[in-house]
Order: sequence, then C-alpha cells, then structure tokens
Amino acid sequence: MGEAVTPGLLGSVAVAAALLAALATAAVVLDGVLGARSEGRSSRPALTRPVDEVARLLRQRRRAPLSADTLLWRIGGGGLGVAALLMVAVVPLGEWVIADLDVGVVWFNTMDVAVWALVWLTGWGANSVHSLVGGYRFLALALAYELPLMFALVAPAVGAASLDVREIAAAQGSLWFVVWMPVAFAVYCLGVVAFSVWGPFTPPAGSDVAGGVLSELSGVDRLLVQAGRYALLAAGAAFAVPMFLGGGSGPLLPGWAWVVLKSAVLLAALVWLRRRLPSARPDLVMEVGWVVLLPAVLLQDLAVAVVVAWRG
Amino acid sequence: MLVDIGFWVLAVLAVASAVLVFVVDSMARATYALAVSFVAVGFALVLLQQNYVGVVTVLMMLMEMAVMAVYMVMYMGMNPALMPMSMVHGKRAALAVSGAAFVVLGAGALLVDWPVRRGVPAPDVTAALGEALMGRQMLVMVVISPVMVATIVGGVVLAAHRTRYDRFGDDLRRRPARDPQRGGVGR
Repeated sequence: MGEAVTPGLLGSVAVAAALLAALATAAVVLDGVLGARSEGRSSRPALTRPVDEVARLLRQRRRAPLSADTLLWRIGGGGLGVAALLMVAVVPLGEWVIADLDVGVVWFNTMDVAVWALVWLTGWGANSVHSLVGGYRFLALALAYELPLMFALVAPAVGAASLDVREIAAAQGSLWFVVWMPVAFAVYCLGVVAFSVWGPFTPPAGSDVAGGVLSELSGVDRLLVQAGRYALLAAGAAFAVPMFLGGGSGPLLPGWAWVVLKSAVLLAALVWLRRRLPSARPDLVMEVGWVVLLPAVLLQDLAVAVVVAWRG
Repeated sequence: MLVDIGFWVLAVLAVASAVLVFVVDSMARATYALAVSFVAVGFALVLLQQNYVGVVTVLMMLMEMAVMAVYMVMYMGMNPALMPMSMVHGKRAALAVSGAAFVVLGAGALLVDWPVRRGVPAPDVTAALGEALMGRQMLVMVVISPVMVATIVGGVVLAAHRTRYDRFGDDLRRRPARDPQRGGVGR
C-alpha cells in the first residue's frame, strides 16, 4: 500500500477496463446470437447489438419515478460496473497485475458482497413496488448462494496455502485445480451467475415482476446496470482462470493471452448456460443452497485439506 | 505522505458518514451511511498493513448492513422515501453521553503516554495476530463454538410457534412435513 499513483497504474487500469469491456461486449453479442437462433430469427442484428443498445439507451430520456431516492438509486446502478472492475484488479494477466494484493481472494469476495448492497439499492431507490420486490428477491437469492460461494473460494486457497491470487495461479503448475476441485468450481460458477443476476438467477429482474430491479430504469441508468451485469459475469469468468484454470499456463501463446482466452471460453459457456437452465425461485433456492450445495462444497474443502495435509 | 493523506481522507469520511446516520431522514440512507463509515474504517486498517483484517472488515460490514437494512425496514414498516424518519430518540441525553464518550476516548488517545516500539513487527502480521488471539485459547474456542450454535438453535426452536408435531403430525410420521413454505429439495 501507499505506492505512488503513476501513469503506469492508470495505464494498467485503462487496459484492464478495456479488456473487461471487450469481454462483456462479446458476451452481449453471443447472447444476442444465441437468442436469435433459438427463436429462428436472423442472427445478423445481434452482431451490432451492443452498439445499437448503447446508442438507443444514450438517446433515451432519463426518467425517475416520483420521490425516487435518486442518490442511492444511481449509486446502486453505477456501482455494479465499478465492482466488476475492482474484481479484475486482482486477476493476474500472466505476470502482470494491477493490484498485487496478498489477500486477493478475500478482495474478490468483498466485491461480490458489495453487489448485495448495489442491487438492493437499485431496487430500493426507484420507489416502485416491482423494483423493490426485485431488490428483496436478490437478497433472498444472495443468502442462498453466498455461503456456498465463499466455501468454494476456500478450496483453491487451501490448495495453494495462500490468499494471493498470483500464488494460487502458480500453484497449479502440474494439475489445474478444476480437475481435483470440480465441486468447488461448479459452485463458484453458480455464484458468478448469481451475482450477475444471470441465467437461473434472473428472478430479481424477472418479467413476472415487470423487470424487477430494472423496471424503472431508463436511459443511461439502464445502460449502466445492464453493462454492469455483463461486466460482473465477465469479471467472474476472468477470476476463475487463476483460481481453477491454471492462470496463464499453456503452450505457445504468452501468459496474458491464455488468461484472456480461458476467460472468454468460460464466459461463453456461462452465456450459453443461460438458456439451458430453469429459473431459480428465490423461496426454494434457500434450501437447495444450504442443504445441498453447502455440505457438498464443505466436503470438497475437507477433501482438499486432507490432500494438502497428506502431501505435507 | 500518501499514507497520511489516505488516513485523513478515510478518518474524515468515517466520522462524517457516521454523523450522517443521525442526520438523514431515510432508513436506507442511514444504513448505508453507516456502511460507508465502516468501510472507511476497514480501509484505515489496510493502511496499518493489516490487509486481511481490513478487507474482511469491509466484507463483513457490507454484508451486515445489506441484511440490516432489510430488518430495519421490516420492523419500522417504512415506505421508501415517502415517510421521513428520525434515527434520534432522547436527543439531549444521547448527545451528552456520546459527547462525553468522545471526549474521554479522544483525550485518552491524545494524552496517554504511548510506549515506544520494542523489537520489529512479525513478517506476517495477520498470522501473528491470529496466533495472539487464538493460539492459547484454541481449546476454549473449540468448546464454546458448539455451545453458541446450540444456543442459537435452541433460541430459534423456543421462539418458533410451530413445533415438530405441527410439521410431522401427532405420531411424527407424516411425510413430507406440512410446512407453510415449501422447501426446495422436495422434503
């Protein structure tokens, strides 16, 4: 801590933000193509979908309901993208990382908990019933997915005996953690999908509550929230690379290219999954999270701890 | 120099947002003003090079405030933004007590004869802190933890008005249990 704010730091933040934006944009295009395919439409319009959406939302009038708490509302909506950027700040691109934090895993976890507050504030601030229902739904889902997600993050940290993301990536020289921690990886991916309000975890923004947290958002506010969701999905995929997928290790290409490639592949898989899974009802997911996922991931942690202790 | 600036920014932010808790007229704003205050304290801990303790403080406080906002709104039954409320009750006594506490603690911090450092900090301060807090007391912690969990479970059981006879019937044989809320794993 306390290092000087140099152009180098600002430059690296810009590069990380550009990479995150590129991944998120690719996810928007892929989701559009998959959506068009499943409905039998031409997938041509989906290719320009990010540009079209940005142009449309930037030109749209920015409305706010009566007596909305605009301050909290906009903090919530604008914060999602910031949280995603702060997540990727600890992801090493090969040798290079923005913030070489010795507790990077805890930092990522802190940012995904910040999403609790941000989504709830987005729901609350609008002063509208559907929006508020969406905010509460998110917290209900969060209580179900967060503890399994936390214990899923514990497994690679125990495996590498470190909370430093770079050391965790380096500890997977011979065997990727995803191979011998499959349960933790699956639960982690579920957590990423959940904190991005994506796929089975879309009920907070569901069409049955008129768009939930999204219902009152328009113009640039809506753009920030939607972009933030995609950015969170991309950041979650990127963080999985050093945690489970061997970081920058791979033949021929340099380390940073492998990190980007692996993130893109996992992100594509998460985008594809959206249409394959049913939506998770907030009132039912609690029991699934605590009765099925939590014991499963705790057993995974136990297995990892036993292996680590046995290897010495 | 940068650490000094960072400390002052965080210190002013922590105190100012703590004051805001009692100034704003909305439950959500009060809760999240408190969250900002705690987050500033967490980052002040990071400035003390207690990275783990600092970041975990931020994590816990954000989670706690997100849940606390829900409970506060639930018990107060307040409509978002439409009904202004006050976080202050018994203003005079509260002001006197908190002012006195602030003066005592502040004076203590400024006037006490702080000892000079002997030796050097451990290379891994987090591990050293954990050792100091938990090392000798591990046995006590291991014994107390199940007792605390049992207390929580017992409290919930005593407070819940439905018993297992309501769920499983008089002979405790009804399957699945009759619950007002269906669970997610088909029990």
